This record gives sequence, structure tokens and C-alpha cells, in this order.
Amino acid sequence: MNPDKMKKLLKYVVADIIQNKIVLVYTALLLIISLSVFNLENSAAKGLLSLLNIILILVPLICIIFSTIYMYNSAEFIELLVSQPLKRRTIWLSLFCGLATSLSIAYFIGVGIPILIYHADATGFIMIITGLFLTVVFVSIALLSASLTRDKAKGIGLSISFWLYFSLIFDALVLFLLFQFQDYPLENIMVALSFLNPIGLSRVQILLQMDISALMGYTGAIFRDFFGNSAGIILSYVGLTAWVIVPLLISLRKFKSKDL
Amino acid sequence: MRGICKIVGSFLFLLTTLFVNARTINVGKSRALKSIQSAVNISENGDTILVDPGLYKEGGIIIQKSIVLKGINYPVIDGELKHEILFIKGKNIIIDGFRLQNTGRSELKEIGAIMIYDSYQISAINNIVDNANFGITLQNSKKCTVKNNSITAYGKSEVQSGNGIHCWKSDSLLIIGNKIAGHRDGIYFEFVTNSLVWRNISRKNVRYGIHFMFSNHDTYIGNIFEENESGVAVMYTKFIYMYNNYFLNNWGGAAYGILLKDITDSEISGNVFTRNTSALHMEACSRINLYKNSFTNNGFAIKIQASCDNNDFTQNNFKGNTFDIGTNGSLVLNTFNGNYWDKYEGYDLNHDNVGDVPYHPVSMYSMIIESNPAALMLFRSLIVSLLDKSEKLLPGITPENLKDERPLMRPLRL
Repeated sequence: MNPDKMKKLLKYVVADIIQNKIVLVYTALLLIISLSVFNLENSAAKGLLSLLNIILILVPLICIIFSTIYMYNSAEFIELLVSQPLKRRTIWLSLFCGLATSLSIAYFIGVGIPILIYHADATGFIMIITGLFLTVVFVSIALLSASLTRDKAKGIGLSISFWLYFSLIFDALVLFLLFQFQDYPLENIMVALSFLNPIGLSRVQILLQMDISALMGYTGAIFRDFFGNSAGIILSYVGLTAWVIVPLLISLRKFKSKDL
Repeated sequence: MRGICKIVGSFLFLLTTLFVNARTINVGKSRALKSIQSAVNISENGDTILVDPGLYKEGGIIIQKSIVLKGINYPVIDGELKHEILFIKGKNIIIDGFRLQNTGRSELKEIGAIMIYDSYQISAINNIVDNANFGITLQNSKKCTVKNNSITAYGKSEVQSGNGIHCWKSDSLLIIGNKIAGHRDGIYFEFVTNSLVWRNISRKNVRYGIHFMFSNHDTYIGNIFEENESGVAVMYTKFIYMYNNYFLNNWGGAAYGILLKDITDSEISGNVFTRNTSALHMEACSRINLYKNSFTNNGFAIKIQASCDNNDFTQNNFKGNTFDIGTNGSLVLNTFNGNYWDKYEGYDLNHDNVGDVPYHPVSMYSMIIESNPAALMLFRSLIVSLLDKSEKLLPGITPENLKDERPLMRPLRL
């Protein structure tokens, strides 16, 4: 991989995304939502709570759909690049980095800065960090679904299904499981299960900051013992990083052997 | 006010007795009398014993005469980890300005720094009690004052440590301005009536900040109970009045800001509950008025069992709590009107600061967590929010009658 070429390519991708204006609209949308949330609510803490839903639901949705559409729309651009003396790995990683960077910047301006202004404490920082992670994770998943199928409609459908699965269906399944096996000690299994969902993992991190008093209860203590100490925190960010790397590597492998 | 009048009254009474045959006896290393017990032995009613600074290794000093025992610059009386230190039985006795340390330990009998039995008008003021099993104990006494003492122990377990201020079967006590830490229960009352507990700070105790049972007609004002292992628990009592107390940072599975069990006909007002796992837990309580309290950043603001009835919650602020109210049944015999709930999402068309639709403070998920605690993991996820919202529209699991008909739109200034 040639870093110079990658840098150049990255510049093209980022410039292209910004020209696209959708990212600008996304930034503005996030900014308006965050500012209004903080200004309309009586307390900044309550504003943070409303932002939580935006981070856990809206950010992944927009990231995954935008990235998927972008990948399909740049199919011709990718074909052109492949014809150049460039490694496919460089092309794919540049596209990923371009998307991840621009969406992360959008997130940071749209949500990060209002949080820093209105609620710059530990909870706020964790929200910014987990939001950035979710952005990158869902770009990575978008690339995976774009690499899995050539058909744009199918690809977008797949992306939406991924989003739906992680934000709703997975939790519903876990809830179902919890009630089916109510009589068994499920705490440790719950800790393990939370690693299977990047949104869940982020949510637990924020929960530990926000609802610490409630989590000090009996079962809470188990979660806190795991996620609350530094090893657990590091492990959960390792988990989130794995959620970035694994889909990306799979999509990279697909793209390398793909007939364009 | 009544409390202050009592103190002033008792002081005046003591002063007059002193002037009749006031004698001052000095005790110290350079004085004729070297030990406190010897001074006590030759004293007569109304005398004052002044004790010079220094270390006095005397355990089990017995005082049965009406005297004032006053320390100059905190003389140290050391129990050498063997004895109780002061043993008092009488009337009109003042113990002022000592440092009492290292009492004995026993699991069979209560060993304390100041032990008051069957007495009348005893004052223990401005003492420092350090590393005692029990700090100050009062048994079967009346009109006693425990004021401005600092009582510290280093208890590790509930079994091996004693209570900071331990009162049993007493009446008209004043417990004022004491600082208690590291004991089993900071303040312990059993069969204590007509007493005032005012401006004490009880923190980091091994069990409860304050613990009382069968203690009717007592008043608790402006105390701070903080970071106690199990919070505060009070039981089987009528007519208690709690005003402007602070219950802070009591964390744990069995820790409560305050646990009320079988408390009836009482008032709880102006108290502040912050960052507790469960701020207020009520079991089998009746006819309690709870108003103008503020519940902030707790796990559960209130857990009220279905066994409670006729309790009235009004004009309280609920802010930033994970759950506002938890309960264990569908029967609701209590009222919750006119409070401020930060989770209220209703509207106020006529702008009278009263919401036009009722607020249901019990969220479905709090009921789920009650029965299945591991489900706390999914809290604040989309599926849970959707379930909660649908439950709000069509209550199925949550008690429909538990609602605030007149929720306030803006928080009360408390």
C-alpha cells in the first residue's frame, strides 16, 4: 500500500463527499437537533437523554444508508480507479477512510460540539466517543453490504436490515431470551451477548455513566464489575474496534476477488 | 425552638446549683489529684472538675454525683482497648471537652466511651470519641443532651462494631450537631420518645446512618446521611417528623436513601435525596405526608410496596432519576398529585403550570426489572422505549391508578 497514493485518493473521496452536500445537510440536521434538544429541555441532563436516542438510532441509520448509496453511486469511479495502477486494497481502504472521516467530522460538529458546550462531563465525553465509534462501525458494515451484492436496491435493503437487526431485533431477541430463561442466572450471558451488538455495547457504556445509581443494585453490580472497571472498559472498546475491523476485512476480501 | 429552650433551661438550672456551693477541683499531672476518678470521689454535688491536658489511662470512671467534668484542651482518656471509659448514673452531670479513645470490645455487652444509665439531665458536649466500640450510649434516661461530639470508629463488619450514639428506652433527648463515622449505626434509637435529632452528620457507617424502632414522636431536622453501607432504615414507629434532611450517595443492592417500614402518621418534608440506588423505600406505611422533597439522580426515586396506604405525595420534585416510582402490585391506595416530574411529556393549554393530562410515574420497564433484574442491561434501547411508550398508551402491566392528575410543568423551587 502506498501512503502517498492513499492520501491523494482520500482527498478525492472526501472532496467528492463534501460536494455531494448530503453530509453537509446531515451535519446541519445533527446540529439543529442537538442545539434544540439542549435549549428546549429544562435541564442539560435531560437533553443528553434525548441525544442518546439520536446517537443510538439516527446516527447508525444515516451512516449505513449514506455509505451504501455512496458506494453504489461511485461504482464507475471505482472501476476507473481499478484500471489505474492502484491496489484494490488501497482503493477500498481509501473509500472507507474517506467515508468514515467525513461522517465522523459531521458527527463531531453536529453532536460533539453541542455536547462540549452544554454538558462537558464524563457522560458527555463517553457519548461523543461511542457516537464516533458507531459512525465508523456502520460505515464498515455498509461497505460489507455493498460488497455482498451488485444490485443497488438489494444492497440498500441489506443495509437497512442490518440497521434494523442491530437497533431493534437483536434487543428484542435478547429480551425474549431473558423471559424464556428467567429462572436461570443470565448475568454473565448478558455481558457476553452485549458484545454481539455494537449499538448495545455503546449503550451500556453510556448507561454506566448515566444510570450509575440504578446500576448499583443487585444485577447492576455484576455489569458494573465487568464494564465499570478499566479492563472491562478497554475490552468493550476493543469489541467496538472489532466491529469496525471484521466487517471491513470481510468486505475487503470480497472486493479483492470481485468481478467488476 | 422547643429544643433550644430546653438547653438554655437546663444550663440555667445547672448554673444556679453551681452558685450555691461551687467548688472547683483540678486534676492533672502537676496537681495534687492525678486521676480523674480520685477527683470524682472527693467531689460533691455542684462541683466542677477541671482536667488538665494529658493522657489519662483510666477505664471505668464512675460518676454518680451532679458535677461538671470539664477538659481543658481535650485531655485524653484512654480505655486501652479494655474498658468502657465513663460510666454515668445520676442527674445534672456535664461531660465537656474530652478526647475518649480505645474502649474495649465485646460481643456480649455494650462497651462504650460514655455510658449513661438511668439518668436525668446529662449533657455530653464537645467530646471527641475515637475508636470506641459504642460511642455514647443512653439507657433509660431522660432530658439528656448529646451535642457537638465527633464520634469516629473504624468498623469493618456489622458484628464487631457498635453504634455511634445508641439510645434505648429514653425520653426527651437532644442529639445535636454530632459527627459520626465508621460505626455500625450512626444513631440508633429504640423506644426513644419525644426527642430531637438536629444537624448531625452521619456518614460512612458500616450499616445505617440512623436506625430507629418503636420511637414515637421524634423529630429529625437538617441531618446529613451520606455513603452509609445500607443507607437509613427506620421501623415500627408513629408520629415522626423529618424535615430538611439530606440522604446522599447510598449505593448498593440493599442500600436505601431511607427505608420506611411500618411508619405511620408522619411527615416527611423538605428532604433532599440524591444519587441513591433507591431513594425512598416504603413498606406497610400509612398516613404519611410527603411534600416538598426533592429526588435527584437516583436509581429509583420511590419504591412503594402495595402494602402502603393513605400516603400522600405532593409538591415533590423528581429530576434525573432512572425510574421515578417502582411498585410491586396493582393495588394503589396512595395519592401522587401536584408533583413535578421531569419525564412528563404532557401539555398545558391554559398555562396554569399544571399539566392537562395525568402522568403515570411507573414505567413498564421498572416492573420488568423488578421481576427480571438482568433486563436492566437493555434499558434505554429502542425496543424498551417502544414497549414503554405503548404501555403508556394502553396500560396493561403498570398500575393504572398510580398517576399524578395534576403534574406540574415547571420544577418547584425547593
